[in-house]
Amino acid sequence: MTVKSFTMIRVAVFLLCLLPLGRLGWLGYTGGLGANPIEFITRSTGTWTLTFLLITLGVTPARKLSGWNSLIKLRRMLGLYAFFYGSLHFTTYFWLDQFFDMAAIVKDVAKRPFITVGFSSFLLLIPLALTSTRAMIRRLGGKRWQQLHRLVYFIAIGGVFHFLWQVKADTRRPTIYGVVLAILLTYRLAMGLRQKHSASAPPASPGTSRSPAFQSLAEEIEFEKPLERIR
Amino acid sequence: MLINKARDIKSSEITDKEVYLNRRQFLAASSLAAAAVATGAGLGGVLGSPQQAHAGTKLTGVRKSPFSTNEPPTPFKDITTYNNFYEFGTDKDTPAERAGSLITRPWTVKVEGEIKHAKVYDIDNLMKLSPLEERIYRLRCVEGWSMVIPWVGFPLNALIKQAEPTSRAKYVEFTTLLDPKQMPEQRRSVLDWPYVEGLRMDEAMHPLAILVVGLYGETLPNQDGAPIRLVVPWKYGFKSIKSIVRIRFVENQPQTAWMKSSPREYGFYSNVNPEVDHPRWSQARERRIGEIFKRQTLMFNGYADQVAHLYRGMDLKTYF
Repeated sequence: MTVKSFTMIRVAVFLLCLLPLGRLGWLGYTGGLGANPIEFITRSTGTWTLTFLLITLGVTPARKLSGWNSLIKLRRMLGLYAFFYGSLHFTTYFWLDQFFDMAAIVKDVAKRPFITVGFSSFLLLIPLALTSTRAMIRRLGGKRWQQLHRLVYFIAIGGVFHFLWQVKADTRRPTIYGVVLAILLTYRLAMGLRQKHSASAPPASPGTSRSPAFQSLAEEIEFEKPLERIR
Repeated sequence: MLINKARDIKSSEITDKEVYLNRRQFLAASSLAAAAVATGAGLGGVLGSPQQAHAGTKLTGVRKSPFSTNEPPTPFKDITTYNNFYEFGTDKDTPAERAGSLITRPWTVKVEGEIKHAKVYDIDNLMKLSPLEERIYRLRCVEGWSMVIPWVGFPLNALIKQAEPTSRAKYVEFTTLLDPKQMPEQRRSVLDWPYVEGLRMDEAMHPLAILVVGLYGETLPNQDGAPIRLVVPWKYGFKSIKSIVRIRFVENQPQTAWMKSSPREYGFYSNVNPEVDHPRWSQARERRIGEIFKRQTLMFNGYADQVAHLYRGMDLKTYF
């Protein structure tokens, strides 16, 4: 695939990811947010945060299974969209729901497990968003960067529990998110074990002293390079 | 019993029904005409809105009640499109979309148990059991939102007096229809169907506890619990069970659907209480539908003067 046609895909995905926000705007404009608009916005931004987290986590398996390596170039944007919707979700709570009532918010975070876990997950997303630039990857070094970004697994698990502990009785939707996440994590675990297994075998060539995980990251960063040139 | 409310309005002050009805017709006709002029006969959208499918018939001879609040009622549209009625789905908007499958005529309510006069009431007879009253009540949902709803119904105690409970009747147990063909979500085990609720006898006898058959002067829309539901305004909304088919008088405290679902979170009493939090969220404040900022939740949902004596000496943290 040419660099130019991938740019088109990138733009298309960028715009597609804005649709949930556009929908909220449209519903708000036409009075379609229902009797409890704040609850509607909170739920919508929350489920989209979790959805984007899972899509982001799905990039690597999708890339490996399809062999379409360019997919990796979309991962940062998808991850940043997860952060974007998470920020909207948090702002809705902080501003529209609690109206900056710090005492109530602190009490909520401390006393309500579903809010504790949701709030923690959001906080953990911040360093990942801040270190998403290429400059930060270089500054941290691939290995440390990757270790830091493994936090996303805990964030996603936290997000699922945040959803699960919030519902009253109908756990169907959070369970679906949980199952998808479990599949994605199991895939990674299986891949990790396989790599470990092949790593313990004698090295194919004396030059490869880096860990396989690092190799795959270097690989991934490498894929972003053509993009750099366009920018 | 001390009821701290103004006496009923004098009958001479009540507008004659003929005049009232004529006025309504006049207003309806003139507003339709005005709307037609204003919108260039764009009435299709107004008349064809989804709620019209379940719209009720006008209830006549409905009296005002001194128990009504003078707070502005929540719009009909919100009361009929934002519902917790899990038998039709767990989203707020699904009951309005799906409750059309509920057949409310013929409908019977079995009244049985520890009473002298067990009886199966036809809904149309039940609606004539006692004069219908409009009761504009606050409704506080356990989820932290509230509405002001102009119900039409009659005191539950009118039915209880007819049934004549024996000395063994300590509680009243209410049951919703069980029919997955009409209530599709009963195929999923979100709750242990059928939905069951209960009241202690003195709560059930309280004049604020009513059986509701109407809303905004018309028969109840299906999504709001047609054809007959309970409303207990000082308790969280889920106590006010919908689409009742059986009322049973029992000696032991009934196991309610929510107690079975999560005993740690939902107690038998479930009185609105800003000081006792739900284990997973605060109950100190609530969002009145139609308002942006939350307001303080009132003890017993603002009905403390009338009902607090029922719970004298009880630790409301234990009996939540």
